[in-house]
Amino acid sequence: MKYIDEYRDPALVGKLRDAIDKRARSIGRPLTMMEICGSHTQAIGRFGIRELLPEGIRLISGPGCPVCVTPVQDVDRAVFLAGLDDVVFATFGDMLRVPGTGGKSLQKARAAGADVRVVSSAMDAVTAAEKNGGKTVVMMGIGFETTAPTVASAVKRAAKKGLSNFCVFSVHKAVPPAIKTLLEDPALNIDGFICPGHVSTIIGADAYSMIPRSGRAAVITGFEPVDILEGILMILTQVAEGKKEVAIQYARGVSPSGNPLARALMEEVFVREASLWRGLGEIPESGLRLRDEYSAFDALKRFAVPVLRSAEAKGCECGGILKGTLSPFECPLFAVACTPHNPVGPCMVSSEGTCAAYYKYR
Amino acid sequence: MCIAFPGKIISIEDDRVAVIDISGTRREVYLDLIDEDVTVGDYVISHAGYALHKVDEETARENLSYLKTIIESEA
Repeated sequence: MKYIDEYRDPALVGKLRDAIDKRARSIGRPLTMMEICGSHTQAIGRFGIRELLPEGIRLISGPGCPVCVTPVQDVDRAVFLAGLDDVVFATFGDMLRVPGTGGKSLQKARAAGADVRVVSSAMDAVTAAEKNGGKTVVMMGIGFETTAPTVASAVKRAAKKGLSNFCVFSVHKAVPPAIKTLLEDPALNIDGFICPGHVSTIIGADAYSMIPRSGRAAVITGFEPVDILEGILMILTQVAEGKKEVAIQYARGVSPSGNPLARALMEEVFVREASLWRGLGEIPESGLRLRDEYSAFDALKRFAVPVLRSAEAKGCECGGILKGTLSPFECPLFAVACTPHNPVGPCMVSSEGTCAAYYKYR
Repeated sequence: MCIAFPGKIISIEDDRVAVIDISGTRREVYLDLIDEDVTVGDYVISHAGYALHKVDEETARENLSYLKTIIESEA
């Protein structure tokens, strides 16, 4: 497959590894890099990147899996909405098994009779609304800047169609405010960030300017082995030369200015507000709520969701893992009480959750 | 969740919908979010039923050959 196979070339991977080894030795001290995106976490595990790297380079995972950073309160609200009469609850598959308070989940709600449907696009939910006139379709809007514009577009298409039985429960989040929060932690021991590929397709390179300002390297990186190794080499180069900037390794997928059209659509439909992140707490300007002009499509305006008594699972260390302060191996539940088959926390559910990726490729 | 793949545009239908081929699998994607002109044969990176970015063939080729040059010079 074009644009994939050539980035899995074993010969090139081997040469990149040698170049990384040489560069790391010339720097002569251990280095820590954080990948922010869950798809990177998954790719790093899948392609065995961690094992390829010289000993002094440590990769840690950040808050880049949307279902993982969604707080338990929002999982509970999703389960509540899904259980309402005459509601079809549409969600991306990752969300289905994420446990809420007391182990409740959308999957269990479905087993108990709720109409929960997995969609691969918000437009599938719009189509479901057209076909189910007597019911209200609630789409769970979850994901970062990659996904939020697609949901914004679906809302606009639904408005244009005059659909009155489609709405969105938005828990969308923006990535840069979370990076800012990480950078504000004086204990943060990170030399460089492997910045997300497809989030950057939308937001562009400038959105990460606070990273070099904090004295750290930033490289927007693709998802194939050659991409990830080249991204790591580029971080090493910035460290070696002492010149920190936002560089783009993933040039075939990201232009420096991102995608202004998609951003404009996202901003037209959503407004920013403070939002709660699992592990990181409340972060200003990091949540995306439907604007008042689109309140007819806001599930929280349409349905009265009571204040639910939410509680995290006992002993779950997802919070520390999402901040990069703990490795899954440091969680007492990991691979013992918490497995992909029987997950206690969200990081073990999604295939790109840090715990799930570490479990599968350990 | 931000997974996205490059696919080749096979056809463009009415209402800004394109059919793309991703490794032999065909999928419909909306073109509402793409800010460049696209045509049949172009590669677009798509996510959640939407094309997000047109892959510039020359940029991709240049970057890969640049990488190979760097690697050779370091070896």
